[in-house]
Amino acid sequence: MSHVSVETILGERRSQPHQLLEVLQDIQEAHGYISKEAATAVSRYLGVPLIEVYRAASFYKALSLEPRGKHVITLCMGTACHVRGSNLLLDQANSQLGMDNGGTTKDGLFTVERVNCLGACAIGPVTVLNGVYNHHMTSAKLSSLIDSVRKAEVPQAGDAAPALQYRDKDYGIPKRE
Amino acid sequence: MPRVNAIGELSALQERLRAGRAEAGTILTVCGGTGCQASRSGAVIDAVRDELERQGLSDSVTLRITGCQGFCEQGPIMVIDPSNVFYCHIEPEDVGEIISRSVRGNEVIDRLLYTDPATGKKVQTEEEISFYRAQDRVLLSQNRQIDPCAIEDYFAIDGYGALARVLTEYAPEAVITEISASGLRGRGGGGFPTGRKWADCRAAPGDEKYVICNADEGDPGAYMDRSVLEGNPHAVLEGMSIGAWAVGAERGYVYVRKEYPLAVDHTRKAIAQAREFGLLGENILGSGFNFDVDVARGGGAFICGESTALMASIEGKVGEPRPKDVHAVEDGLWHRPTTLNNVETWANIPSIIKNGAAWFASKGTEGSKGTKIFALTGQVRNTGLVEVAMGTPLRKIIFDIGGGAINGRAIKAVQTGGPSGGCLPTDLFDLAVDFDTLAQAGSMVGSGGMVVMDEKTCMVDVAKYFLAFLLDESCGKCVPCRIGIDRMLEIVTDISEGRGTPEQIPLLEELAETVRETSLCALGKTAPNPVISTLRYFREEYLAHITEKRCPAGVCREMIEYVIDEEKCTGCGVCMRACPYEAISGTKKEPHVIDPLACRKCGICSDGCVFEAITVHSGGVLCYSM
Repeated sequence: MSHVSVETILGERRSQPHQLLEVLQDIQEAHGYISKEAATAVSRYLGVPLIEVYRAASFYKALSLEPRGKHVITLCMGTACHVRGSNLLLDQANSQLGMDNGGTTKDGLFTVERVNCLGACAIGPVTVLNGVYNHHMTSAKLSSLIDSVRKAEVPQAGDAAPALQYRDKDYGIPKRE
Repeated sequence: MPRVNAIGELSALQERLRAGRAEAGTILTVCGGTGCQASRSGAVIDAVRDELERQGLSDSVTLRITGCQGFCEQGPIMVIDPSNVFYCHIEPEDVGEIISRSVRGNEVIDRLLYTDPATGKKVQTEEEISFYRAQDRVLLSQNRQIDPCAIEDYFAIDGYGALARVLTEYAPEAVITEISASGLRGRGGGGFPTGRKWADCRAAPGDEKYVICNADEGDPGAYMDRSVLEGNPHAVLEGMSIGAWAVGAERGYVYVRKEYPLAVDHTRKAIAQAREFGLLGENILGSGFNFDVDVARGGGAFICGESTALMASIEGKVGEPRPKDVHAVEDGLWHRPTTLNNVETWANIPSIIKNGAAWFASKGTEGSKGTKIFALTGQVRNTGLVEVAMGTPLRKIIFDIGGGAINGRAIKAVQTGGPSGGCLPTDLFDLAVDFDTLAQAGSMVGSGGMVVMDEKTCMVDVAKYFLAFLLDESCGKCVPCRIGIDRMLEIVTDISEGRGTPEQIPLLEELAETVRETSLCALGKTAPNPVISTLRYFREEYLAHITEKRCPAGVCREMIEYVIDEEKCTGCGVCMRACPYEAISGTKKEPHVIDPLACRKCGICSDGCVFEAITVHSGGVLCYSM
């Protein structure tokens, strides 16, 4: 989570109401959620009524009005993962973290959220931990993943893969993000 | 400045790059798509680079990182050319050996070869792999040949040659005629004739027009568009440019769902490179044609895959659809005439221009031409992306290409078309996959998702799953969808939890009909499909749930019991430790017991039992043991 200011994120988009979703996505990526201050700043800068900012922030699932936990666990609940038992993973996460149906733990360490398909269906069930994709997940694997994060507070565990790599302009050098 | 200012310059550039590739020597192609990256292909790529340097081969051996090949379950995948060796499930630790033995030397490493699931034999080349062989990979084969982050690779396979031809030889109307003649129908699910859409947009009054690429692929279980956009973004951009020329647009958007970060990234890079080379922007290839594109990200809303909701989203509003009595081709993005097409539709355009409408129309059926990419997933041996001619029978896709059932279980149904589609039983597997045939059977081709279900899938649970999904994703604007789906879900939930009564079935059917007829957009209109198709073909399962309080597949929790088989249980205690509700007890080496009052049927115990000692019963009947 970076501490980039809302002003920096808004950048050159003054008075461009159609940029609302893009701007809110950028803020979500940088801060992890849309705070009241951010919403107000966006409203003023873009020229969008504050209620419309909240309307968009509550409509789009990618946006969150509540701060998220330090570690975000995203469970894919798409059809292919469902047929391979993704419900078991939700149960595991819920029981291990004391939740009813996803959400954020009281200590702010974990957020468990569901997503309706990451497009990695062949290797499901898929669970993403802080941007790191884990495949062929089982409740046992998820249990150790959560445990190790808790113990070390480091977002890597077992044989989880590194985060998605993006390549820069030199056409070929993977850059880990 | 690499800008290409004229067609002649483009041809020369393509020729030069093509020649360069032919002389390239050994090429190692490694897949860097989302699926393979999740299987650590990133580490494999790093290992290859390091090893090539260590062995002094960095100049003579080319490493090409490609986008998704659609065979994700076998990843990480590497192909070595020109020896044409296909390796799968590669680990970073294998790389040293691969370089020494297969690149330096001429040996083939057996353990890394693909094993044919039917014969059990090892197979050396891609061509011999049954999964690929039965396909017609017109689009997907391009992913194999290019690095999506290098426009030079796209040029080398004649990329942007179709655009060049269009700008010199085809008036806009001629492009529309050609696309119409090809018979191309929208690949996003609507199946609307593309040529007619473009013609209507061209004819619409107004100087400012838009083209949009719908990459919001929200159907769970579908990832064809992810693969095409991640792996070959230029084909989409080239298609959009040709479309823009045809309809008279100068601006376009690629609306990519946020859950595809790699696709967003690769598309942005592709646009930047295309601009650098003058293939996007002003006066493209000296023709006077201006066209530029931007990426817009989705916000995690399935409804934004609906064209009018998508456009609202680009306009900075919430994704609420509007009635389509006036079509988007007349009144779309910012009330301007807009042509919106799916990723796969756009990606097909350059090859239609290059090879001709007749070539495209020679594949497929009377009403559905060309090839279509399907995402074959679920309870089948080979899962992945399958590109076949329209009209291919379901049976061929599921058994010949998919390899049939896994774990000796019986396949029961295939669900096609995502949440808008339906479930088809095995006795309909001889049906041809084409727009009209599947629609008549009560399902649809949809965007191409194909989920195979076996005897451990409960069809009532499937209906419940899709209704819950659609209720969650409903925008809430219209009553039939917002309330109707909720009421349908209530009934199906009652049935799956043992409270079902026979009167609920006709009520469910009546509700479904009402929701279908009166919903404002396609989400609501097609929401009843999973329920109606499962009632049509799997009615006996609903009746078992209602009259016998039994779930034949052993899925619906209120109706099942987990019982440990005393004969098989070794008392190892793994299940007892795994149980989050402390419902299992027993002494070491003695058969353990599950307390039915504490058991929450989550299945975590059976997930870990290696002795298949945990059985699931429903209504007094054994469903299965795990």
